[in-house]
Amino acid sequence: MKFDILKHKLVPHHEILSQEEVEKLLKTYNIKKEQLPRMLLSDPVAKAIGAKEGDIVKIIRKSPTAGISIAYRLVVKEII
Amino acid sequence: MTPAKKVIGEIVFGLLSPEKIRKMSATRIITPDTYDEDGFPIEMGLMDTRLGVIEPGLRCKTCGQRVRDCPGHFGHIELAMPVIHVGFAKTIYGILKATCRACGNLLLNQKEIEKFRKAYEEVVRRGENTSNFAKEVIKQASKASKCPYCGKEKLPIEYDKPTTFREAGHKMTPSEVREWLEKVSEALGDDLKLLDINPKVARPEWMVLTVLPVPPVTTRPSITLETGERSEDDLTHKLVDIIRINQRLQENRDAGAPQLIVEDLWELLQYHVTTYFDNQTSGIPPARHRSGRALKTLAQRLKGKEGRFRSNLSGKRVNFSARTVISPDPNISINEVGVPIDVARELTVPIKVTPHNLEEMKELVKRGPNPKPPAGVKYIPGVNYVIRPDGRRVKVTEENANVVADRLEPGAIVERQLQDGDIVLFNRQPSLHRMSMMAHKVRVLPYKTFRLNLAVCPPYNADFDGDEMNLHVLQSEEARAEAEILMKVQEHILSPRFGGAIIGAIHDHITGCFLLTYKDKKFKKDDAIRMLSAAGYRGKVEDEMSGKDIFSKILPEGINLEYKAKACVGCEKCLKEKCPYDAYVVIKDSKLITGVIDEKSIGAFKGEIIEYITRKFGNEKAREFIDRVTKLGIAAIMIIGFTTGIDDEDIPEEAQLQIKEELEKAKRKIQQLIKAYNEGELEQIPGRSLEETLEMEIMRVTGRARDRTGEIASKHLGMDNSAVIMARSGARGSMLNLSQMAGCVGQQAVRGERIHRGYRNRTLPHFKKGDLGAEAKGFVSSSYKKGLSPTEYFFHSMGGREGLVDTAVRTSRSGYMQRRLVNALENIKLEEDGTVRTTTGEIVQFTYGEDGVDPMRSIRGKAIDVDLVLREVEHGK
Ligand SMILES: [Mg+2]
Ligand SMILES: [Zn+2]
Ligand SMILES: [Zn+2]
Ligand SMILES: [Zn+2]
Repeated sequence: MKFDILKHKLVPHHEILSQEEVEKLLKTYNIKKEQLPRMLLSDPVAKAIGAKEGDIVKIIRKSPTAGISIAYRLVVKEII
Repeated sequence: MTPAKKVIGEIVFGLLSPEKIRKMSATRIITPDTYDEDGFPIEMGLMDTRLGVIEPGLRCKTCGQRVRDCPGHFGHIELAMPVIHVGFAKTIYGILKATCRACGNLLLNQKEIEKFRKAYEEVVRRGENTSNFAKEVIKQASKASKCPYCGKEKLPIEYDKPTTFREAGHKMTPSEVREWLEKVSEALGDDLKLLDINPKVARPEWMVLTVLPVPPVTTRPSITLETGERSEDDLTHKLVDIIRINQRLQENRDAGAPQLIVEDLWELLQYHVTTYFDNQTSGIPPARHRSGRALKTLAQRLKGKEGRFRSNLSGKRVNFSARTVISPDPNISINEVGVPIDVARELTVPIKVTPHNLEEMKELVKRGPNPKPPAGVKYIPGVNYVIRPDGRRVKVTEENANVVADRLEPGAIVERQLQDGDIVLFNRQPSLHRMSMMAHKVRVLPYKTFRLNLAVCPPYNADFDGDEMNLHVLQSEEARAEAEILMKVQEHILSPRFGGAIIGAIHDHITGCFLLTYKDKKFKKDDAIRMLSAAGYRGKVEDEMSGKDIFSKILPEGINLEYKAKACVGCEKCLKEKCPYDAYVVIKDSKLITGVIDEKSIGAFKGEIIEYITRKFGNEKAREFIDRVTKLGIAAIMIIGFTTGIDDEDIPEEAQLQIKEELEKAKRKIQQLIKAYNEGELEQIPGRSLEETLEMEIMRVTGRARDRTGEIASKHLGMDNSAVIMARSGARGSMLNLSQMAGCVGQQAVRGERIHRGYRNRTLPHFKKGDLGAEAKGFVSSSYKKGLSPTEYFFHSMGGREGLVDTAVRTSRSGYMQRRLVNALENIKLEEDGTVRTTTGEIVQFTYGEDGVDPMRSIRGKAIDVDLVLREVEHGK
């Protein structure tokens, strides 16, 4: 049996951003992709949602201070 | 002429080759003597003027500059025989173990080497530490018993600290070691990196010294004593030793002296060179001065608390600062600091002279450094130095004050002594949070201590049992502006640590306000006037006033609050305004209707009113309120009168009997439990052994016994009792403290268990072996007031010792953690767009703290307090 980790309650919601969304994100923060926090291509969630190297993943978490908090991560092969 | 400034492009760490040492040397040093009869440096001696100059008037023979401009230049000593560099002895040992004596190759076959080469590339790519990798290579290679290339047998290598190597018991001379290492460099070439050596900047044989660099005289200046005698630096002493032995070794060897003598001298040279590098090398006695003091050589200059790093690089001494003992002054504002006159005369503020203030400055300079204040004034500032427009610093004395003043011109800087209102930084170590360093306004006062308002004790965590604090005078307009706006005490009333007040009333302030406002105490007009005028209130006072009315007078307008006071006992159903303990505070339109003012209202860490005023009316108003409420509290406690003593813990005989009975009951219960345990009738708690069950049950009984005795005692300690007033108002002490003083101290524990260690099967020889009873295992049934029996005292010390050890361990560990965290986070910054980023702009948090709330401006961590907003709306209508 294979367990769907995305359904586990400790795993927050992940989604891959579309090209337009990526452009908008980089513009709002005035950054290059490399300035985002990173996540490994080998990360179980990255595998589960089928992220590719260079994708940006949007993570929606429950936050004890803010209710909901949103973060973005760049998918990389390895963390330098 | 100053040489052109150079910019450091990069720093390479490597070894100096003998050629390099000779090349950078200004001269070879051959004589151990320093100065001739005329006191002039001897050529090719240790003080040769080619190594730089330390005496004014002399010129350096290398660069032609004078004392302060010449940076100093290295020399060198040609060693008659090579010696091992102690700092690299371990590295040498590793190489000797891993390589072949005959051909210098690594004792690994081609396949293994290839494997390690690949692994090395991987380690470098991952950016990991290559020194661990080298250890692995050495471990592998030293397993071989034979060289895979030349077939020579590998003999076991031993290392005797600090600088001796043996091959199968035979002691190798440094020359032999050096030859071996030469072979290794030759054979390994680029593979040296597998041993964590970068062949571009270091060759193994350079770890055996043939030439010794002599540091410039500027690094080891000699000092002339008052007697005219010259005293040399420890390093110079050591170098003299080295040169002497080196000379003797050379002579003996050249004269063909017996091998034994040469070896002894060689050994001696090794000793001197070793201690020259590190005089605390284990395994050899430290070299000593004639007086018996151990010499401070190279390693000692850098190492430890007093070393270059911790004492001169991480922490520096600064000018314009002062340190002295602190003491309290309830009459100055929280924004102020009392500075002793002696300190104020020493510390200065630079003032630029302009056409606009020229006359004023002239008058100031005329006063000199120690002006006599006019009648009725205790202190006026003088001037210590004037910096002329050309940069020359002129010391102002009583004699030259008039001349200096007359010559004063725009562009000069006058260093004026401190005066009231100057802004300074005030700091108490350990500086654990930003409130440990705040800006205060100066109040120049007599005597010798720094004075501070008691309300700022909590942020500094200061008390007056001998605490000392530091004071720094700001030297630029920008710094002063920044300090005033960001660092002033009043800007820190609310702590970013928990979003509440950290500055507020303590101890007697709280007791005073409690006594003043408890229930409906009335005061005569003159008492009311006395209290209110002390608190800075100027206005009408009614004939007879209740304490609550008096307190209301110092509240700023527009306060509406409702909360439970510290004195609240947590009744099952709160009667609110009708609370029998007067513990329900209601403030309507700045009038205290019900409730007593205690720690919860005005205390540091808790003060609801302080927080409310700060948030609603700002820091200025809050400062004003704190200044007033503390003064009111002190005035009240003085007028009402307050004292505490050991008789506050007196309880009537019947209560003492009750307590005794309660303790007997507990002891009987424990005996019953032990009996049940012995007879195997004790009901086991799931997941616990029988012994654990018994211990838990007994702990529960002793805990309950202490609580019960406390209850009995407190029944007789009412609100007419000073100690109780302090505990209930939150001024000082707790009801637990009181019940331990009046009732019983209770079970002593070490590591959360009853005391069980000591003698075999018992804690002390006063008890029978195997005694599990209350007394034998650290239950203290006496009260502090009654006094402890010898065994109780001993158990109490055991419990107390654990507490002390815990604090000591906790502070050191949390200090270390704090340093690590500060190091990791010091460059992270909150940007204008609300993101948290590193210096390179990498995002750490997309919104600060996920909610973007500044904890200092939060309400105990929350962005808004809904109840408060609702109440505001209600009152607004
Ligand atoms: Mg202290
Ligand atoms: Zn020079
Ligand atoms: Zn070999
Ligand atoms: Zn109540």
